[in-house]
Amino acid sequence: MELWQNILEALDSLMSNKVRSGLTVLGIVIGVGSVIAMLAIGTGAQNTITGSISDIGTNLLFVMRGSVSEELRNPKPLTLGDAQAIEDPFAAPSVVGVAPMIQGTVEVGYAGESSFTQGIGVTVDYQSVRNVDLLEGEFISDVHMLGRSAVAILGPDVAEALFGRVEGVVGETFRIEGQPFRVIGVKSPEGGSGFQNPDDQVLIPMTTAQTRLLRRSRDAVDVILVQALSAESVTSANEEIAAVLRARHRTPIGEDDFTILTQEDFLETARSITNVLTIFLGGIAGISLLVGGIGIMNIMLVSVTERTREIGLRKAVGARKRDIMLQFLTESALLSMIGGLIGIALGWGLSQMVGAIAAASDADLYPAIGLDAVLLATLFSTAVGLFFGLYPAKRAADLEPVEALRYE
Amino acid sequence: MSEWLIEAEDLTKVYLMGEIEVHALRGVSLRIAPGEVISIMGPSGSGKSTLMNIIGCLDRPTNGTYHLKGQLIYDLSDDQLAEIRNRMVGFVFQTFNLLGRQTALTNVELPMRYAGVTNGRRKRAIEALKAVGLGDRIRHRPNELSGGEQQRVAIARSLVNNPAIILADEPTGNLDSKSGEEVMNILLGLNEKHGTTLVFVTHDPEIAVHTQRVIMLKDGREVG
Ligand SMILES: Nc1ncnc2c1ncn2[C@@H]1O[C@H](COP(=O)(O)OP(=O)(O)O)[C@@H](O)[C@H]1O
Ligand SMILES: [Mg+2]
Repeated sequence: MELWQNILEALDSLMSNKVRSGLTVLGIVIGVGSVIAMLAIGTGAQNTITGSISDIGTNLLFVMRGSVSEELRNPKPLTLGDAQAIEDPFAAPSVVGVAPMIQGTVEVGYAGESSFTQGIGVTVDYQSVRNVDLLEGEFISDVHMLGRSAVAILGPDVAEALFGRVEGVVGETFRIEGQPFRVIGVKSPEGGSGFQNPDDQVLIPMTTAQTRLLRRSRDAVDVILVQALSAESVTSANEEIAAVLRARHRTPIGEDDFTILTQEDFLETARSITNVLTIFLGGIAGISLLVGGIGIMNIMLVSVTERTREIGLRKAVGARKRDIMLQFLTESALLSMIGGLIGIALGWGLSQMVGAIAAASDADLYPAIGLDAVLLATLFSTAVGLFFGLYPAKRAADLEPVEALRYE
Repeated sequence: MSEWLIEAEDLTKVYLMGEIEVHALRGVSLRIAPGEVISIMGPSGSGKSTLMNIIGCLDRPTNGTYHLKGQLIYDLSDDQLAEIRNRMVGFVFQTFNLLGRQTALTNVELPMRYAGVTNGRRKRAIEALKAVGLGDRIRHRPNELSGGEQQRVAIARSLVNNPAIILADEPTGNLDSKSGEEVMNILLGLNEKHGTTLVFVTHDPEIAVHTQRVIMLKDGREVG
């Protein structure tokens, strides 16, 4: 028996019972559909997260106060002194740039309107370490630092919010926490999302911030951004920074009161979140395919019973067991595969909808369906049909021809 | 090799209905020569269909020996029996047993598909349909055909693999007398033209008069 003939016959048989076939594959459709949709959205989210992490630069390290692993009684704050020590080329040769930061939420106002944004106190080196591009104006200089000048670099979203435009705002004066500041530059949009939106920030000189806005005790800073020589030297930079800080903070071995995070750490976290998601989705897929498969088995058993006489006739004219097996397996596999394909289409549609909603609300989410997901879904749904069709097909193949022909 | 097409010795068939044994055949012997036309007659429940199923290798006897074309039909697997049915036996049933969703043509092609015939399959099926006078009905489905036409499709299906024997179990039982006559003429014509052996199961004496020999069954035994 040719496979093609079998497929045509199976399609014919499935089509003759459209409603029943449709209801039977619903489980597979919904299962595959939701998994494809969630995978697409998950992949899109992961791309966005890893993209925004990588955008910051792959050779950056983040030094923070405290420890994630241990409860420390008295973690010393990070200070400008720490930052200067890390910058020492003899102590930390793998480090090329250091940018201490202090940050907090601030109220900005112009022409009677006000809103909240993130204020960050930075040093001159922030521009090179963080790779800041300006739409217009100039970055904070040593003169501003020394003079504790009331000047600010605006993120494009802030400029838009305050002035309704992103260009031609240099020289304008606005208020931060009620104090007048002069705009000296506007950052290029980075396309923000994730934890912090870099477009919704105001950068001011560290010295100004310390004395006038985000007061900290004893030169304390919140984060020290460190730029390593290259992506390869991130590990050695990590060790050098740790050595410097341990010496300065006089902490016992193994009780660091600071934490150094690399891009790799962030990516690792993002990946592990996605992995959990994948396992979770895999579980849903497994359960729905199982349920769908049982549905298919059930309907195939019904179909075998209904077609007992047909099976008897086929056997009478010479069908062997394997011919009957093949006939019913083709039917169940096809049924399930069609369910899988409809599910893929459904999942694609759903993820496009989510993408459209995300786009409408300005979030960066581009659902992506990989060819591997499509192939896997097709393969899996077909395999489910084959597996759960096996028992009904065997039942059909094992029917006694005489009994089958006598069946009413 | 014997000259008999069919040689059955002392066939018995016992069906088990739970605890109860139903003796459908209680020792039937019969020989049929190639090209013979015979009818098996007897009251309902006398074992006619059971005997026919054994002759057609659709069922196995409980006891007794059966040779088809000199080959001992014993201890064969289901698939081996299927192949024998496919190549040597044609069945015509009272209820036609056509596949409802398929056309006359694909119904007739079915035995050739299981025989693995691909070359000229369509042509042979069309020829078989022409031979039963349905050359203009090949694309019709069973529900678009009259009872007589459906039975003629079934005959075309039974002869398409050139079997040595055609077994017809009450072939006219569901037909009006005119269609019944047509069907009989077609079957008898096959015997005349190709020497196909015919076995009719019937309780209609009208059919029996057309056959060379009549085997009477009663309670699973041959009588008279
Ligand atoms: N599969 C079966 N199971 C149990 N009893 C059967 C079966 N097939 C036939 N019989 C019994 O065997 C006897 C002979 O049946 P059958 O050969 O069909 O008779 P006929 O064709 O002459 O009417 C009947 O009593 C019938 O009930
Ligand atoms: Mg009968």
